[in-house]
Amino acid sequence: MATAEKKYKVIGTRPIRHDGVDKVTGRAKYGADLHLTGMLYGAILRSPHAHARIKSIDTSKAEALPGVRAVVTNADLPQIGSKIADLGEGMFNLQHISRIALACEKVTYKGHAVAAVAADNIHIAQEATALIEVDYEPLPHVMDVREAMRDDAPILHEDVRTEAFASATDEPGDQPTNIAKHFFHEKGNIEEGFSAAHLVLEREFTTATVHQGYIEPHNATALWNPDGQITVWTSTQGTFVVREQLSGLLQEPISKIKVVPMEIGGGFGGKIVAYLPPVAAILSKKSGRPVQLVMDRTEVLEATGPTPGSYMKVKIGVDSEGLITAADAYIAFEAGGFPGSPIPAASMTVFACYEIPNGRVNGYDVCVNKPATKAYRAPGATQAAFAVESVLDEIAEQLNIDPLELRLKNAAVEGTRRVDGVEFARIGMRETVEAIQQSDHWKSEIGDGARHIEGPAHYDDGNKRCGRGFAAGFWFNAGLKSAVTATVRTDGTVALLEGSTDIGGSRAGIAMQLAETLGITAEEVTPTVVDTDSIGYTDVTGGSRVTFATGWAAYEAALDIQRQMVKRAALIWDCNADDVCYEDGRIVGPADKSFTFGELAAQVHKTGEPIIGRGSSDHNTPGGAFAAHIVDVQVDLETGKVEILRFTAAQDVGTAIHPAYVEGQIQGAAVQGIGWALNEEYFFDDAGEMRNATFLDYRIPTCYDVPMIETILVEVPNPGHPYGVRGVGEVPIVPPPAAIANAIYAATGVRMPNLPISPPNLLHALLENK
Amino acid sequence: MPRVFIPPQLRSLTNDLTEVDITGTNVRQVIDALDAKHPGIRSRLCEGDELKPGLTVAIGRRMGTLGLLEKVDENSEVHFLPAIGGG
Repeated sequence: MATAEKKYKVIGTRPIRHDGVDKVTGRAKYGADLHLTGMLYGAILRSPHAHARIKSIDTSKAEALPGVRAVVTNADLPQIGSKIADLGEGMFNLQHISRIALACEKVTYKGHAVAAVAADNIHIAQEATALIEVDYEPLPHVMDVREAMRDDAPILHEDVRTEAFASATDEPGDQPTNIAKHFFHEKGNIEEGFSAAHLVLEREFTTATVHQGYIEPHNATALWNPDGQITVWTSTQGTFVVREQLSGLLQEPISKIKVVPMEIGGGFGGKIVAYLPPVAAILSKKSGRPVQLVMDRTEVLEATGPTPGSYMKVKIGVDSEGLITAADAYIAFEAGGFPGSPIPAASMTVFACYEIPNGRVNGYDVCVNKPATKAYRAPGATQAAFAVESVLDEIAEQLNIDPLELRLKNAAVEGTRRVDGVEFARIGMRETVEAIQQSDHWKSEIGDGARHIEGPAHYDDGNKRCGRGFAAGFWFNAGLKSAVTATVRTDGTVALLEGSTDIGGSRAGIAMQLAETLGITAEEVTPTVVDTDSIGYTDVTGGSRVTFATGWAAYEAALDIQRQMVKRAALIWDCNADDVCYEDGRIVGPADKSFTFGELAAQVHKTGEPIIGRGSSDHNTPGGAFAAHIVDVQVDLETGKVEILRFTAAQDVGTAIHPAYVEGQIQGAAVQGIGWALNEEYFFDDAGEMRNATFLDYRIPTCYDVPMIETILVEVPNPGHPYGVRGVGEVPIVPPPAAIANAIYAATGVRMPNLPISPPNLLHALLENK
Repeated sequence: MPRVFIPPQLRSLTNDLTEVDITGTNVRQVIDALDAKHPGIRSRLCEGDELKPGLTVAIGRRMGTLGLLEKVDENSEVHFLPAIGGG
């Protein structure tokens, strides 16, 4: 349900996505579908230990196996020093990426890649990995963030010292530590703020390691030609980001590297780091043939980048009316085997929904012997919101204030200064919460409109209890750089080339913005995602940026086409170009002359050079995004199982270019949040091995587990975009865990400060509270 | 004059001042002027002729994209923040 007044012809409609037929018929080409002549198949040997020194690696037996064409270790990669690269959507240490791709000297998590083989077929490659002899010296491992922060914790990296934000590089180092970074934000006077409070609550929380759960595993096919040209085909969120990583890791200039995007089966932030491309590339260099690597599910779970587990302490003080006087957060994230968790973002989003007069945040990035964490949809914000929204729910109850009224009293508005110091521009926090207040869900009884489940589905009955919970959330959204070219075809259609890999229907949204600007239909634009040699630099598909940034580039390309069409019409009509204008898909000149777009396009090749529009963008006004969710749950007191009866997600979406894809982003993220809340966790044994490393046991929600997620699109157009676009893809994952925890409390009277709230965890808590 | 909001972890260099008004028409000039007034700040914010990796700058309510070249005007607020990434 959109709330904005309709003023567009294409924007706001729901055309069938251009890639739809290929996707639903199985014709779309994903990374593992690629077959090249002479291609070899790769397999990776991975560490059986959570923490160990590598004393030696003997690959001779593997190399001698018939059918093996190359074996590589980290020694085959150039040895690079510690170097931070700005990959557009986050800072990455290239040395760490190199050592994640293939371990150097040490393994820091079970499943860490140690060596790789390329062979005539996958079976020979896998057999060969078993012949590689690695002499490990197992080391004590540490799996919990608080234990890793202790002075006597096993140390993962001897060269890591705690770095404060903007710390001096010449400060003397302390002892080696697992605490890689410390972030600190402060506003006002925290002590005075708490002193002025009528009620102060401080609570502790933990969350578990959780994976993005993309269905398609990581893959890469590489060909290192004898002429030095390297081509990599891969499913990635950013072809240019992969190119930058390859250039840094292989020490080859970007001019020698081409990255070709295959269709991508989910990313959510987890397909930005190049785990396989550098390994495939050096295997190809060594063997002289193309090499393909595809992870299996266990490798994906054990050896890519989940989101961190955490320990958090949140303290909030309010006056007797519920106005926040002070807020303090301590957040420690498990970075995994290498530094680099999303603790900076968590530290900046934790209180962002609210006006905080006195605030303080301490955030820590802590190494533990788990896979190195990477981005997962609004990275860091979900964990932080779980803590804050749980405390606010408890405050609302203690003060006997409606939870939505409490949020509205304290809602951030335009001009609110965050704890990190920056003021908000035009935002939609209030509107989003008010949309929930006015929703059918909020106004109805628990159970009304709920999906049917077996038994007395929506009544409190015997051993089942129902409850409703609310939570809000915030995410930044990114702008960054994009480029497109758009060629006018003589049949009146436009071929649009862009560099943003499509992980959520974005090629349709970009095409629609071009079509709207030109006054043609979305079907008359053919979008194609192309390789790094075929389009200008385009930052990663992530950070909820593509519809905003690449859409803006398409808008600029359309304006460029308009200018050229005007000049061409003036040539045809033999008049001054100043007397011609472009209006609503028509080119209008003097004496009632006019062409439709199609009519003029038909004459392009007869009247001059091709008409090609060029557009690029690097705008920094994406606007932040707010989400407000309510959920009705039913708890089985005998089993601890929680059923989601009804779920409504309201979100400030700017202008919904293609409402169905905006709704889809919200629904998908909400479902991921539900899984995060109710079941998903990495379960490690005492040896530091993940024991649920398949989708059978790492249980993500399916369509059978959740109701239709109702969506409310609050359209507060972003003043910083020609069509008012605001990024939508990430923020909807932020509120669900807190909303569900609050609903479970409403149903049972038991607060659950630890995620996941899985049946055994909830049952134990229920029994303890009996 | 542009106003620089001093990150808490750098306030030991500014005698605990949380905000400093400083001259400059871009971030580079602002940092240079700040360093002249409070020595040592430049080396905390910059590496060579660029913002230190892991840092970003916000001018008023918007994030900068040009690093040290980002323009500031008379009424600008300048914030130095950790760089973050999305997913």
